[in-house]
Amino acid sequence: MTSKRIVSVLAHRLAILVYVAFALFPLYWLLKVSVTPNKLLYSEGIRMWPSRTSFEHFEFVLKHSEFPTFFKNSLIVSGSTAVIVTVLASLAGYAMSRFNFRGKYWIVTLMLLTQMFPLVMLVAPIFKMLSPLGLTNSLTGLVIVYTAFNVPFATFLMQSFFDGIPKDLEEAAMIDGATQFIAFRQIILPLTLPGIAATLGFVFTAAWSELLFSLMLISGNDAATFPVGLLSFVSKFSVDFGQMMAAGVMALIPACLFFLLIQRYLVQGLTAGAVKG
Amino acid sequence: MTPAACGPFPERKSRLPQRRAANWKTLTMASHAAARNGGARRDQRPLKKRLADASAPYLYSAPALILIVTVMLVPLVLGISYAFRDIQLLNPFSGGFIGLDHFRTLSQDQNFYRALKNTLWWTGWSVLLQFVFGLILALLLDKPFHGRAIVQALVFLPWAVPSFLAGLNWSWLFNPVVGPLPHWAFSLGLMSEPSNILSDPQLSMWGPIVANVWWGIPFFAITLLAALQAIPRDLYEAASIDGAGPVQRFISITLPFLAPTIAITVLLRTVWISNFADLIIVMTNGGPADRSQIVASYIFTQAFKRLDFGYASAIALVLLALLITYSMLIVILRQWLLSKD
Repeated sequence: MTSKRIVSVLAHRLAILVYVAFALFPLYWLLKVSVTPNKLLYSEGIRMWPSRTSFEHFEFVLKHSEFPTFFKNSLIVSGSTAVIVTVLASLAGYAMSRFNFRGKYWIVTLMLLTQMFPLVMLVAPIFKMLSPLGLTNSLTGLVIVYTAFNVPFATFLMQSFFDGIPKDLEEAAMIDGATQFIAFRQIILPLTLPGIAATLGFVFTAAWSELLFSLMLISGNDAATFPVGLLSFVSKFSVDFGQMMAAGVMALIPACLFFLLIQRYLVQGLTAGAVKG
Repeated sequence: MTPAACGPFPERKSRLPQRRAANWKTLTMASHAAARNGGARRDQRPLKKRLADASAPYLYSAPALILIVTVMLVPLVLGISYAFRDIQLLNPFSGGFIGLDHFRTLSQDQNFYRALKNTLWWTGWSVLLQFVFGLILALLLDKPFHGRAIVQALVFLPWAVPSFLAGLNWSWLFNPVVGPLPHWAFSLGLMSEPSNILSDPQLSMWGPIVANVWWGIPFFAITLLAALQAIPRDLYEAASIDGAGPVQRFISITLPFLAPTIAITVLLRTVWISNFADLIIVMTNGGPADRSQIVASYIFTQAFKRLDFGYASAIALVLLALLITYSMLIVILRQWLLSKD
């Protein structure tokens, strides 16, 4: 019995190890090649760690390439999208959570539908609509498009956070003479701060990762976001693997930061469920 | 809610009862008035306030709605109209109504049929592998062990990687110049020489599928783990006291409890993955020779590379029709299952 137990525990740990290795290996390789000096890149191609490491690729990418511009553009686009979406979604989510009104059913259906249909359908018409307005090749255009795409999901998210706050709170404030909007702004919003942070983070990462629309709408380097810049770099200088991967590591930073922030809550939420069960 | 969050309010709350009483008084008076009016409900609020109250929810949701309608609904309708028009970005004389011409071309387009077949292949294998490995991972993580929190953080990390980077990263791993995979396959005897499967017409589809599985396992694992941890533990204890083995417990307790979550996640994920073109665009760009094109990436290629917006919209319309059919089938299936119970 005990030996059988040991075998099953060993098998469990081994399987976990395989999963961890599979999940981390690609990222490990990205990091490894980005710190491998060019001279060693081909001679030590499949060694697990190069005999000498250097940060020359990072230095080149930061000083002599346009990646800092792409990084800045992506930050501007993702940051503004996140802020605008969160403001719009808090308002709409509050309406969905607190009011019963005519047309609510249709609004919810419309928002659900936007989550189901292929967004790639909109690539051509949106390009046609934005180009006479001068919004192609501009960060503003990207922000508008990303904001619209992310508002429905963010609204549902914010609604679920508002649903968790008792109605009595703003009713009490309104009896004290506050208008509903003041009650919303001064009492309900501060209580949803964790939800607002989560929404900001989700929308930021979604905008940071978006590829197809930025490829279609942006053509010049000045307004290129990180994915567009990285892909055009890949097709132009397809032999500078070290530099490409150094740029890739840079693109990973904001996403990983956000993940580290929320993963605690993700895990917490799951283990809280375990304690209850 | 934390007690600290309630902090600022006790003083307001203490004032509540008298206010409530006052309010109750007006309410009763109003109801008396209503009773006098033959039971008809009369609102006592002034007209301006009533208007403001009635329009409040619309005002709150208007900015979001206006944006959704102008940036998603209007282009959707425009796109549907493009499917019946000749719209090529580089041709200033295009734009005319051409009826069903695009659909006639489409019915002869071998690349489209291949893309359709590839979409089934891509969606089927991606969903199946993501689900199976995600379920195994969830079951592994469901057991308490030392360092579980760290392991969870590490195995869920791919979920945070931007999709374009996941695609690039895997295409580098498959590249014999910098990636180890072809060399490993060669030394295992799976390949006659270390070559890039992404440029092999027979195998190129598998590159994006592998990347997609790597990227999507955490999603299934997170969802299924949450569902697993909601299963009452005493059921398992009772079952083992009755002499049920691990396999029997899995089949008669775990699976029935997970079934609704599994059904919803798989169905929604199927739609999502069939539309998910990023990895294919980044890794193979549909190539070599359109061999790894799925319908979504084919639409994007038509619009982005050939700038043929009309044809792209026609394909998109067909894709939309297929997805609607799929969703209807699901709804009908659900109704049928419900009526059977």
